[in-house]
Amino acid sequence: MLRMSWMVFLKDVRMEFRGKEAINASLAFALVVLILFSFAFDPTSEQIREITGGLLWILFAFSGVLLVNRSFVREQSNDCLDILLVSKVPASALLLGKTLANLLFIALVQVVCLPVFSLLYNINLFQQPVWLMGICLLASWAIAILGTVFAAMTVNLRLRELMLPVIVYPMIIPALAAAMQLTNIIAVGKVPEGDDLIWVRLLVGFDVIFTTLSIGLIDTILVD
Amino acid sequence: MSVLTAKRVSKFFGHFPALRDLSFSFEAGDCIALLGRNGAGKTTLLNLMAGLSRPTDGKLEIASRVGLLGHGIGVYDELTARENLKFFASLSPRQIDVEAWLEKVNLRDVANATLREYSRGMRQRLALARTFMGEPELLLLDEPFTSLDDKATALLQSLLAEALARNATVVLSTHQIPEAMALASRILFLERGKLGYFGPRPDEMLGDSTWIYRTYGVAT
Repeated sequence: MLRMSWMVFLKDVRMEFRGKEAINASLAFALVVLILFSFAFDPTSEQIREITGGLLWILFAFSGVLLVNRSFVREQSNDCLDILLVSKVPASALLLGKTLANLLFIALVQVVCLPVFSLLYNINLFQQPVWLMGICLLASWAIAILGTVFAAMTVNLRLRELMLPVIVYPMIIPALAAAMQLTNIIAVGKVPEGDDLIWVRLLVGFDVIFTTLSIGLIDTILVD
Repeated sequence: MSVLTAKRVSKFFGHFPALRDLSFSFEAGDCIALLGRNGAGKTTLLNLMAGLSRPTDGKLEIASRVGLLGHGIGVYDELTARENLKFFASLSPRQIDVEAWLEKVNLRDVANATLREYSRGMRQRLALARTFMGEPELLLLDEPFTSLDDKATALLQSLLAEALARNATVVLSTHQIPEAMALASRILFLERGKLGYFGPRPDEMLGDSTWIYRTYGVAT
């Protein structure tokens, strides 16, 4: 199963980098929002530190959904999804491969946006690099796994570009809330400790629960 | 040996009965022409046999590796022919010589071009390679002769002959009766979702493509 997931991951990455449609759209959206908000807020204001997490994770959630939306659209042209299912690729392997590819795409957008954010808003987000990476990984996985499973569910809808965000955003609120709180803490150079660790546990719990549920349900979603 | 067995299979879309109470069995080496008018349920039945859909009632047992050539060609436009075949070969439990298949379908010289640069005929030849290269024991082909030029038709016929020679079971859903009758050993005729006829190919079909519709179909 892991080998098949890896093959699906490589195939999706190759297809995306060949066209770069989703990554370019997502990155352009994220950068435009960052630049526009930098005009709206005073970069020296203390308030900006309080909204750092909120601004960043709303941005990553919106740009992330643009990325995951393409996951199953890639399989739809020429009925490739049917061939994958007939080839006895486990639906869970397909989901895992696609989620990993989406995680990579989201991470690439973050790699560009985080330094740009630090520059434009005069906040050093890299004071706790290990914590920053950990938060990004856990919260991005939440966006990727939920986004990918709902992308599978909405792929045959005519209004899928509209439906996917409508379904995903309410579901992802707990993970985003945790990521926002943790990002606000590390943005001022602190390390989450004591009561703050509840947010880490929430993020980990969210990922474990929704990954398990998604793997369990994906076969039902894709067949019939 | 039975490759596929359907026991009282029905499929409903909402309240609409697409297939009703179908029972049949395919043996290894059978070539079955799946015939019926538009909307008779041929594609629905193929999807059930491919495992893409589940019966509403009844039981469908498939004891083999399945190859499918459906309405879509099932290859990626963004990848090259070589990348496409390597990807699908990597999903197969068998060792597949991708280069030999590129040669076989006469695409080796253009194997590094993405499918966006291919003509329709080239894409179809690649789809044939993708379908046949894993040597599936059950081949499900939906309108495989549609839009094929003479060379691609000859290629498909030779691939089908090879598959039958290695005892694979082939199911051809088609409206192009003469091509299908040249290969078919049995006929499964659907009439409005019901089994109109299932049995050996009647000799009358060789000279008269519409015979089964007139004999076992409902007059419309």
